[in-house]
Amino acid sequence: MKNLGISLFAIAVLVTVSVGATSAGWSGLLTIVIPYAALAVFLIGFVTRVFRWTKSPVPFRIPATCGQQASLPWIRRNPLDCPSSLAGVIGRMFMEVFLFRSLFRNTEMEIAGQRPVYGSAKWLWFFGLLFHWSLLIIVVRHLRFFLEPIAAWVNTLAAIDGFFEIGSPTLYLTDAALLAGLTFLFFRRAVAPRLRYISLVTDYFALLLIMGVATTGLLMRHFFPADLLAVKNLALGWVTFAPTIPKGVGPVFSIHLLFVCALLAWFPFSKLMHMGGVFLSPTRNLANDNRMNRHVNPWNAPVKVHTYEEYEDEFRDKMKLAGLPLEKE
Amino acid sequence: MKLYNGGKIIAGMVAFLIAVTFPFWYGRGKTVSPPDLKLDTPTIEQLKEKRCVEPAAYMRASHMKLLVAWREGAVREGIRSYTATDGRAFQVSLTGTCLGCHSNKDKFCNRCHDYTGSKPACWSCHIIPEEVR
Ligand code: HEC
Ligand code: HEC
Ligand code: HEC
Ligand code: HEM
Repeated sequence: MKNLGISLFAIAVLVTVSVGATSAGWSGLLTIVIPYAALAVFLIGFVTRVFRWTKSPVPFRIPATCGQQASLPWIRRNPLDCPSSLAGVIGRMFMEVFLFRSLFRNTEMEIAGQRPVYGSAKWLWFFGLLFHWSLLIIVVRHLRFFLEPIAAWVNTLAAIDGFFEIGSPTLYLTDAALLAGLTFLFFRRAVAPRLRYISLVTDYFALLLIMGVATTGLLMRHFFPADLLAVKNLALGWVTFAPTIPKGVGPVFSIHLLFVCALLAWFPFSKLMHMGGVFLSPTRNLANDNRMNRHVNPWNAPVKVHTYEEYEDEFRDKMKLAGLPLEKE
Repeated sequence: MKLYNGGKIIAGMVAFLIAVTFPFWYGRGKTVSPPDLKLDTPTIEQLKEKRCVEPAAYMRASHMKLLVAWREGAVREGIRSYTATDGRAFQVSLTGTCLGCHSNKDKFCNRCHDYTGSKPACWSCHIIPEEVR
C-alpha cells in the first residue's frame, strides 16, 4: 500500500506542477524547454544504458530452451524454440518481441489437496499483448501532429483504428484496448496479495503514469477538446526547431504533455528499459549450438600448461635410457 | 573498454535513433506555415460583425461538440433552432447554417481538418452545396 501511495503522490505532484506552471504563465517552460530536455534525457539515457550492457561479456550459450535441440538426425528437433542457426534465432526473437511467446507459456501453480497442480495462465499474456500493441499504434497515430503533410499510412492507420465510427469524434479501438490492458495490469498488482507483496514504487508508477497519459488524452478527445490546430503548430515547431508558445491549448493538454515528458525522462532509469533489453536477452538471442561450435570464455586467465608433448621433448633422452615407451622417437 | 557484439548493438542503436527522431528528418529544412483559413465568402463579407455562432476560440476547439449537440437535439428531440450565448438565433443545420456562411468548405473546413488529420464522416449523407450545383 505504501508503494502505491507514493506512486499516486508522484502523479499528483506532476498534475500540480503542470497546472501551477500554466497558471503562473510559465507556458514556455512547459511546452518548449521541458519537452526538449525530456527528449534529450530519453535519447542519451537510452543509448548510454545500452552501451553499459554492451560491456558485459556473454561467453556461453545459455540453452534455456523449450524444445529439443539439433542433435542426431533421427531425433525430431524444434528449430524455433531451440534454434541452432541465425535464421532460427531471428524467428525466435520475432515471436518474442511481437507476440510475447515466452509469456504465452506462463503457468499457474495451485495446491490441490496435497499436490501442486500446474495450469496454463494466459490472461497476463493476453492483456500484456493488448496493452503493448495499443500503445505502439497510439504513438504512431500521434505522428499526425508531427508530420506535414501527414504521411498516408498514418491516416490509414487512424482510419482502421476508428473503423467502427462509434461516437463523434470516433472512438479509437486502441484507446479502449489500452485502458482495458492497463486496468488488468494494475489490478493484477493491486489486488493479488502475492503480487502486491513484490510490487515496488516503480511498478505502480509506470502503470499509473501511462494511465494518466491515456486518460488525459481521452479526456481531450471526447470531453474537453483541445485546439488541435495550436497543438499541431507546436509539434511542428518542435521538429523544425522553431517552436512557438501555443495559446489556449487548455489545461488537459498541459497535463498530458507533462506526463509524457515525465515518462520520457524517467524511461532510461526505469524497468521500462526492457524495451531495449529484450533484444539483448541471452536466453533468447543466442543460438543453442554448444555441440557444434566451441565457445571460449573471453576472460579465461592465461594458464601456464606443460603438455605431454613438451614433457616428452624435455625428457626424451632420459626416458629412452630408462626404456620408457615414447610417442615420438 | 571492450564491447561485446558491439557491431550489432551499435547498428541497432543507430536504427533506433533514426526511427525515434523520424519526425525531425521528415521536417528537415521545411518551414511549415499553418493553414490559411479563408473567411472571405460572400455571406461573411456581408456581415456587419464578423462573428461565428459562438466566440471564435470556442468554435476552433469545440465546434464538433456543438455540432453533435445540434444533431442529437434535432434528430431526437426535434429542436431546430439554437440560441447562441450572445442571444442571436440560428437554424440548426449543418449544411444550411455552417456551410451557409462557410460556403468555401474546401478552403476552410477541409484545410484545417487535413492539417490536423481529422476526417469528419458527415458528408456521405449531408450535402455540400457547391457540389450539388
Ligand atoms: C481550426 C481548425 C478547424 C476548422 C476551421 C474546422 N474544423 Fe472541424 N475539426 C477540427 C478538429 C481539430 C477536429 C477534431 C478532430 C479529432 O479530435 O480528431 C474537428 C472535428 C470536426 C467534426 C467531428 C469529427 C468526427 O470525427 O466526428 C466535425 C463534424 C467538424 N469538425 C466539422 C467542421 C465543419 C463543418 C467545419 C467548417 C464549417 C469545420 N469543422 C472547420 C478542426 C477544424
Ligand atoms: C448516415 C447518414 C448521416 C451521417 C453520416 C451524418 N448524418 Fe447528420 N443527419 C442525418 C439525417 C438523416 C438527419 C435528419 C435530417 C432532418 O431531420 O432534417 C441528420 C441531421 C443532422 C443535423 C441537424 C439537421 C440538419 O439539417 O443539419 C445535424 C447538425 C447533423 N445531422 C450533424 C451531423 C454531423 C456533424 C455528422 C458527422 C459527424 C453527421 N451529421 C453525419 C444523417 C446523417
Ligand atoms: C453567421 C455566419 C457564420 C456561421 C453561421 C458560422 N460561422 Fe463559423 N465563423 C464565422 C466567422 C465570421 C468566423 C471568424 C470569427 C473570428 O475570427 O472571430 C468564423 C470562425 C469559425 C471557426 C474558427 C476558425 C479559426 O479561425 O480558427 C470555426 C472552426 C468555425 N467558424 C466553424 C463553424 C461551424 C462548425 C459552424 C456551424 C455550426 C459555423 N462556423 C457557422 C461565421 C460563421
Ligand atoms: C507516450 C506518448 C503518448 C501517449 C501514450 C499518448 C496517448 C494518448 C491517447 C491514448 C489519446 C487519446 C486519443 C488518441 O488515441 O488519439 C491521446 C490524445 C492526444 N494526445 Fe497524446 N499521447 C502521447 C504523446 C503525446 C504528445 C507528445 C502530444 C503533443 C503533441 C500529444 C497530444 C495529444 C492530443 C492533442 C490529443 C487529443 C487528440 C484528439 O483530440 O483527437 N500526445 N494521447
